[in-house]
Amino acid sequence: MPDMSAGNQRLSISQTIGRWLIYAVLILFALYFLLPWIVMLLTSVKTMADIRTGNLISFPREFTLEAWKSAWSGACIGVKCGGIKAYFFNSVKMAVPAVAISTLIGAVNGYVFSKWRFRGSEMIFSLLLIGCFIPFQVILLPMARTLGNLGLAQSLSGLILVHVVYGVAFTTLFFRNFYVGIPTELVNAARIDGAGFFRIFFRIMLPVSKPIFVVCIIWQTTQIWNDFLFGVVFSSGDTQPVTVALNNLVNTSTGVKRYNVDMAAAIIAAFPTLLVYIVAGKYFVRGLTAGAVKG
Amino acid sequence: MAALKIENIYKKFGSVEVLKGISLDVASGEFLVLVGPSGCGKSTLLNLIAGLETVSAGSIMIGDRVVNDISPKDRDIAMVFQSYALYPNMNIRKNLSFGLETRKMPKAQIQEIVQKVSTLLQIQNLLDRKPSELSGGQRQRVAMGRALARNPKVFLFDEPLSNLDAKLRVEMRTEIKRLHQRINTTIVYVTHDQIEAMTMADRIAIMKDGIVQQFDTPENVYDNPSNRFVAGFIGSPSMNFMPAKVGIDAGQAFLIMDTGNGRSHKLTVPREISPLAPWNDREVIFGIRPEQITEDTKRSRETGKNNIINCEVQVVEPTGPDTLVFIQLNGVEVTCRVHPAAARRPGETMALQVDMSKAIFFHPETGERI
Repeated sequence: MPDMSAGNQRLSISQTIGRWLIYAVLILFALYFLLPWIVMLLTSVKTMADIRTGNLISFPREFTLEAWKSAWSGACIGVKCGGIKAYFFNSVKMAVPAVAISTLIGAVNGYVFSKWRFRGSEMIFSLLLIGCFIPFQVILLPMARTLGNLGLAQSLSGLILVHVVYGVAFTTLFFRNFYVGIPTELVNAARIDGAGFFRIFFRIMLPVSKPIFVVCIIWQTTQIWNDFLFGVVFSSGDTQPVTVALNNLVNTSTGVKRYNVDMAAAIIAAFPTLLVYIVAGKYFVRGLTAGAVKG
Repeated sequence: MAALKIENIYKKFGSVEVLKGISLDVASGEFLVLVGPSGCGKSTLLNLIAGLETVSAGSIMIGDRVVNDISPKDRDIAMVFQSYALYPNMNIRKNLSFGLETRKMPKAQIQEIVQKVSTLLQIQNLLDRKPSELSGGQRQRVAMGRALARNPKVFLFDEPLSNLDAKLRVEMRTEIKRLHQRINTTIVYVTHDQIEAMTMADRIAIMKDGIVQQFDTPENVYDNPSNRFVAGFIGSPSMNFMPAKVGIDAGQAFLIMDTGNGRSHKLTVPREISPLAPWNDREVIFGIRPEQITEDTKRSRETGKNNIINCEVQVVEPTGPDTLVFIQLNGVEVTCRVHPAAARRPGETMALQVDMSKAIFFHPETGERI
């Protein structure tokens, strides 16, 4: 059938052109989105003289890591000149417990809302979901008041509490939707086998929850690490997270603006979230869609 | 002694009444099958017995204990689920022993039981595998093993074979029956498949709309259905139902059948089964199974009471051992089961012998037996 193969040929040419068009557009957009990142990276390894004389995307004439060193441990933030190191570890100390606690609470909540429904549980779940839509700004004042009453004002623990409370709505939603897809017969079988609430949770549910744990951890880490507003409002001085310190570093001027140090500090501050995405990104998409389709 | 006694159970979900007064009495070692179309409440009833749901009214006794308020784990039951519900993260050995470990049984004893059960079900070589590495039939066996390991007073099966392919289903059917004969424990088995019910049960409870329609042995359910629903539900191909006018002549009841082309025929009803006296000149629903309408043979001519009808064959379906012939009687399609060699082709006329000794009659409005 010669005419048919001719048809194939024509189709394949137009397909190829289509492919190239798609790639061209994708590359264009990728460049567009990567440009700021490239500028940051290039600027951070230049000397100040280089920055003053060259343009934004020119390659450094002299490669140096001086700015990185300074950003990490020497740059002045306010009156202290110790770089963002201490604040970076503040963020770690804040993010790790906050992510762990909010994820675990979300797992238990999701387990209850999917497998141990009780009268009014749907109602409570809906109310909890409203938590996903409350803007940060709305809860600033009441939360400040609450932290004050709890004696946690301006402390890292207070900041952790705020992030846990704010994150539970999301983590509960994630886990609930994931567990809805796990057959209830499994829970029933375990109940008949004599297992109680927590034994079923730890022995049956948790071992199958890896994908949704990845989703939750990525989501929460990104949210908590990148948060600026809660950090700037509910912490001060030595307890500030890296995002706030970065802002202060950039705003602390000692005559000349050291763009290379600013850029290096910004990259350091963004690094953990980047790393999480690179390491676990594919699980993120997979886990999100798995929950969505089954739920 | 009754192993399981269900008394006047009601179950409501919100305002919907799913079970409306169920009473069943199961003897120790008996194999009870709950069968019915989907939505009839059979699975709900099983969940009530298991304790996964609570009854709205009535009582459930397992052994000599009322278990209404006792949690599933303390009811002395084990359950096999439709999806098998094997714990996906544990290997087969763990799956079998999970319930025993939960009950804090000594390790040596657990090992012994796992060994015994896996030998009984021939799954010894699968013990270290995960459920996802097993075929459907093997998973089914493990699910049964998990129930067996517990050695309960009552086994509950919730449509355990419906996820298997047809051939395996027949094999597992026999296997479950053989298992029951060996361990002789009371079984309550839910299915929507009437063939499973017929082949496995000591007694069948046929349910519809939350009510037990009939609770009897397979033979009685088949030969002596209490209403039109039961008669139509049990048996494959299904029983034929046709409206028929009753006539009575010299104390002998007969039915007037229209065999097509304006011809009609009188089918005499044997006196000993005839409850039709009050129905003279009225219409009833006449029910007869396909195997009771067969080809006209010499022997049947001698034994039958001249109940031979000549009908045009419309469709022929060979099944192998028998051939199903479809005809029209009183304007309704009727299935007949004949010997393959005797079947005629569509369009031809065939003489058929109707065995009226097993004919049954239903009230045209209520569908109850007459």
